[in-house]
Amino acid sequence: MKTTEVLVIGGGPAGLSAALEAASRGSQVTLVDSDLQLGGQLIKQTHKFFGSEDERAGTRGYKIGELLFKELEGLKDCIDVHVNTTVLGYYKEDGVVSLSRGEEDYFRIKPERIVMSTGAMERLIPFPKNDLPGVYGAGAVQTLMNVYGVTPGKRVLMIGAGNIGLIVSYQLMQAGVDVAAVVEFMPKIGGYWVHAAKIRRLGVPILLRHTIVEALGEDVVSGAVIQAVGDKGLEGDPVRIDCDIICLAVGLTPTAELLWQAGCDMQFVPELCGYVPRRDAHMRTSQSHIWVAGDAAGIEEASSAMVEGRLAGLGAARSLGHVKDSDYDAGLASYWQRLSHLRAGEVGEKIRSGLEKCSCDAWEV
Amino acid sequence: MTDKERLFNSGILVESRPGAEEPPLSLWETKKNGLVVIECPQRIPCNPCASSCPTGAIIPFDDINDTPRIDYEKCIGCAKCVAICPGLACFVIDLTAGGEGKAVIKLPHEMLPRPEKGEEVSCLNRQGEAVAAGTVVAVTEPLKDRTVVVHVEVPRALMRDIRAVKVVKK
Ligand SMILES: Cc1cc2nc3c(=O)[nH]c(=O)nc-3n(C[C@H](O)[C@H](O)[C@H](O)COP(=O)(O)OP(=O)(O)OC[C@H]3O[C@@H](n4cnc5c(N)ncnc54)[C@H](O)[C@@H]3O)c2cc1C
Ligand code: SF4
Ligand code: SF4
Repeated sequence: MKTTEVLVIGGGPAGLSAALEAASRGSQVTLVDSDLQLGGQLIKQTHKFFGSEDERAGTRGYKIGELLFKELEGLKDCIDVHVNTTVLGYYKEDGVVSLSRGEEDYFRIKPERIVMSTGAMERLIPFPKNDLPGVYGAGAVQTLMNVYGVTPGKRVLMIGAGNIGLIVSYQLMQAGVDVAAVVEFMPKIGGYWVHAAKIRRLGVPILLRHTIVEALGEDVVSGAVIQAVGDKGLEGDPVRIDCDIICLAVGLTPTAELLWQAGCDMQFVPELCGYVPRRDAHMRTSQSHIWVAGDAAGIEEASSAMVEGRLAGLGAARSLGHVKDSDYDAGLASYWQRLSHLRAGEVGEKIRSGLEKCSCDAWEV
Repeated sequence: MTDKERLFNSGILVESRPGAEEPPLSLWETKKNGLVVIECPQRIPCNPCASSCPTGAIIPFDDINDTPRIDYEKCIGCAKCVAICPGLACFVIDLTAGGEGKAVIKLPHEMLPRPEKGEEVSCLNRQGEAVAAGTVVAVTEPLKDRTVVVHVEVPRALMRDIRAVKVVKK
């Protein structure tokens, strides 16, 4: 059976950063991702990122991915990369991980340390006919457009005015697709105001206090019915919108199955959008050889996912005896400084209060 | 929810507020190359406008969540902020350029097709309504990153409304 010092599960910004950090500190790393290419969400992000210049704000997401890939190239002797490879299960009893490459090729790995950076899954909302072809998650729409260069349809109704709904609406317009409207249940957009202004001035209505009532169509989506919502539920007349795509951008939830299987202490934290593992300041879970990073640890941003990945990679490398205490302390301090910088202010408040609920200084031994 | 709130809460600027203020008119009238107009009224963790401004006209932020504050005396209208801002929230408006009754707006543009110099484009207000025709006087790509800055001559009376342009298919 294959062995490895550090197995990193998921090659998005968090997992890539974890693998790079662990390898640059002298660990022998295996990085696996179920997708055909590494990069996770990052390769789909054609918009310029926010944040500070230290975290490469003003740079398009996929360009940040390219920088990580370049770094990976430099460390390729220490990082064994497997794409198109899904981790199927983790067997707590003997610490073995089972994987499949493609559909048929099953194998096992026995790692000494694991970093779980499996990212997030999209949420769906119930409404009649939400199973018609033409109802998409925003992630799928982004993958089609920005990875494969295929437009999903001609005219889209976007559900949800968080950053994802707003950004994907803008990207749809860049791809030449009409956006009929963005529908938002709350009395205020959830995403950044500037992202909303960007699509408003191109003529896209954002309908606050509205929701989708049903999808229309026999074999495929041919429209949708939306309606205003008030304090007592639906109000006003239902309105028919012509569209061939209904795109759901109603939130993400951490992909946590493997963490559950591994027996990590889990906790439901609404601010982090679902069940997340409890972790210490080193991003280590209650299972002493398992670390977590990125959206799997709570829905946040690529910028913070990359720093969490660094922390997890550093922690795993140290636990293997590769990192001197003084180097470790310096690394820990600098990464935490970056994280607290990213999470400062109003926008970070939700994350901060969520993290308070599931963090501990150190695990009791 | 008042109408004003409904508009603002859905991404439309309805009045000036911190992070979205106008330059003083007296300086604006005479400043060659124009002055920056920023519409970024929400505190968000973002600062490339300030950190890329070559003259310090966008006053360096104490906290990354600050909304931009501007020292208009220092602004040289270079439009670097226009090109880098990930929120497409920076514009430069030049009241000294263009013909009689006109102003030139330098605005960010990321849609295809790209406007071309000399072309007549449709000018859109904050709600995407076509409110005037404008003439493209220049198109630059300062950061070579596919965000272009379109310099468009518009009726001066609409300089407070026009915030985007659209290429009209012939
Ligand atoms: C439209 C949109 C706009 C965004 N804009 C910004 C922005 O401006 N700034 C910013 O900082 N962030 C932004 N983000 C957020 C950012 O993309 C995510 O927070 C970030 O990608 C999370 O990184 P991650 O590595 O944790 O997860 P992901 O990027 O989701 O990567 C997880 C990876 O794990 C793999 N995986 C999952 N399960 C398994 C398994 N069992 N076996 C093997 N592999 C597995 C997946 O294939 C995937 O590649 C945006 C996100 C979206 C959708
Ligand atoms: S136009 Fe140039 S000088 Fe003026 S604020 Fe923008 S970057 Fe600074
Ligand atoms: S770069 Fe743009 S979005 Fe970011 S703070 Fe400056 S004006 Fe606002």
